[in-house]
Amino acid sequence: MALSLPIESTIKSLRYQIASCEAQLQDLRHQLADAENRAHWHTIPFESLSHDMIGGVPGDIQTEFLAVLSQNGERRRYAKAWPLEKHEYKRYGRQLIMPEVGLQGQLRLKTSSVLVVGVGGLGCPAAAYLAGAGVGKIGLVDGDTVEESNLHRQILHSTGRVGMTKVESATVSLTQLNPTGEYLAYSSRLTPDTAIEIFQSYDLILDCTDNPASRYLISDTCVLLGKPLVSASALRTEGQLMVLNSPPRPPGDILGGPCYRCIFPKPPPAESVVSCGDGGILGPVVGVMGVLQALEAIKIITRGIQHPDLICHIDIDKPRFQTNNEMPPNPPEPPSLLLFSAYSNPPFRSIRLRSRKSKCASCSAQAIVTREALTSGSLDYVQFCGIVSPVEALSVSERISVDNYARIRTGTNPITGTEARSDSHTLIDVREKVQFDLCNLEGSINIPFSVVSRTSVFVKGNSAKDVGEEEWVTKMRGLPEKKPIFVICRLGNDSQLAVGKMKELGLDCGGRRWVGDVKGGLKAWRDYVDPEFPEY
Amino acid sequence: MSQGKSKDVISITVEFSGGLEMLFSNQRKHILSIPTKDESGEASNVAFLVRYLCEDVMQDNRRELFVLDDTVRPGILVLINDADWQLEGEDKYEIQGGDNIHFLSTLHGG
Repeated sequence: MALSLPIESTIKSLRYQIASCEAQLQDLRHQLADAENRAHWHTIPFESLSHDMIGGVPGDIQTEFLAVLSQNGERRRYAKAWPLEKHEYKRYGRQLIMPEVGLQGQLRLKTSSVLVVGVGGLGCPAAAYLAGAGVGKIGLVDGDTVEESNLHRQILHSTGRVGMTKVESATVSLTQLNPTGEYLAYSSRLTPDTAIEIFQSYDLILDCTDNPASRYLISDTCVLLGKPLVSASALRTEGQLMVLNSPPRPPGDILGGPCYRCIFPKPPPAESVVSCGDGGILGPVVGVMGVLQALEAIKIITRGIQHPDLICHIDIDKPRFQTNNEMPPNPPEPPSLLLFSAYSNPPFRSIRLRSRKSKCASCSAQAIVTREALTSGSLDYVQFCGIVSPVEALSVSERISVDNYARIRTGTNPITGTEARSDSHTLIDVREKVQFDLCNLEGSINIPFSVVSRTSVFVKGNSAKDVGEEEWVTKMRGLPEKKPIFVICRLGNDSQLAVGKMKELGLDCGGRRWVGDVKGGLKAWRDYVDPEFPEY
Repeated sequence: MSQGKSKDVISITVEFSGGLEMLFSNQRKHILSIPTKDESGEASNVAFLVRYLCEDVMQDNRRELFVLDDTVRPGILVLINDADWQLEGEDKYEIQGGDNIHFLSTLHGG
């Protein structure tokens, strides 16, 4: 372990350097292509023009015409006569010919700026589609670095960029996808002191984060600055999407769209929040949600974003290019929540949501979330949402370290002093069955934590609900009293709670049988005993 | 959706998603017949349904993952016929035969 560390960091650093050089090289290639294009434009030979005119055009007209063309200024004015660059007509052609976008929509996309907070499973596909569609400026906020376990869903990152910051990795990908866009990287986690400053220079915000504290902070900042917010989340096989603060009216204006606090005034208990790392996530599920965020963003931008302080409709392009029939802005869609469930039929459902809440802490006339409160640090989002502290449910005597447990399996038992025997003890693995089937320690018995935790403590004749003892409890009661029971899990939290439950159920035979957990779980086992044990 | 046939029970669909289904035998959709009247003889409302689910349907012991302070815990949206219950009178909404009541745990992953 100690030996492998410097090698690992060398590999990481080399990968990082290669990726940076590749990004630089890519950038240089684009600059070169750009310069070559311009050079080509400036050197179109006039001979070729005169050649075209040889047939039948009187000489004096030819001379006059070429003289006009050769005036640099005139030529430039002619080149600029089109509102989009030549290559842009080609690049965006397939969406330009749609009435939902058209020239005006494309110009709006080009002059728009979108901030993507969180460059993971949602942020990657969202940013990719926005860059592809020609959003002029995309900001990326994330404090994490790319890990191998991200790659099945975070499509902007790559194997070669493991270890690089997510924002840099995403910038490399986006530049390759569409070099005309401007991509700004903010490589630290969003905090209340940085949120306003960062959000200020963007028209629209995408919440692609993975925790409630960030979600409240992002929503509050959007309300304070009058920015529409497209918020999504995903876990396992399901996703949820909401467009919030749209239209983005000032706090107290009931015509504005609801904010995150209107829908969720109170945060969920911290222990009920499940991360993708713990609960799992199917790549395309979170991908679908990120793509839908990009879609909602494109709809909002091409429709024309209403500034909160102005009732009038801002036309960013109007002074320069008059587009045909000025259409009145489409009324914004009523607030809704889109549910996606990959294994349900139908997979999509739309839920009607409430409008702004009259007593909302953020967007009502009585709002307590103010700019001052946010910047002064008096709003502690992390505390508001609660922190899950590591489980400390057992006493020292109820726990065993992985080193000592390893000796029980292969050496001398530190508790009894006897030589190790495979049947000297019982090892219960409380991970869910699907995880147990991935990898487990030889001889261990699987009793999933979900089964342990839902078991009620059985009291005879207690209620009509008595249906007898659960099978696993009966089985464990039947184990010989002399053999200690060790409980193990993935990280060492559930195992402690399981031991507590087993004791409540009397499985320690009134103290005659030792029941305890393996500290740090299979992660510690891999870190200190067997580095070959799979990490997932 | 079928209407409750008996005078004393109404037939409704109750759904759980966003992980809540794990507390209800890992089953997302439940077709239930619930009493038309609550304990005190009033028409059954959503508050009664929540109590009923805890007492008679939930197999799991971890009630705190569903209710807190006698109502559904923060982070669970209650949807009545595809609308946020805040549009329908929250837990005072009187349940009608054929209603679809959906308990949805909000997701945070991304």
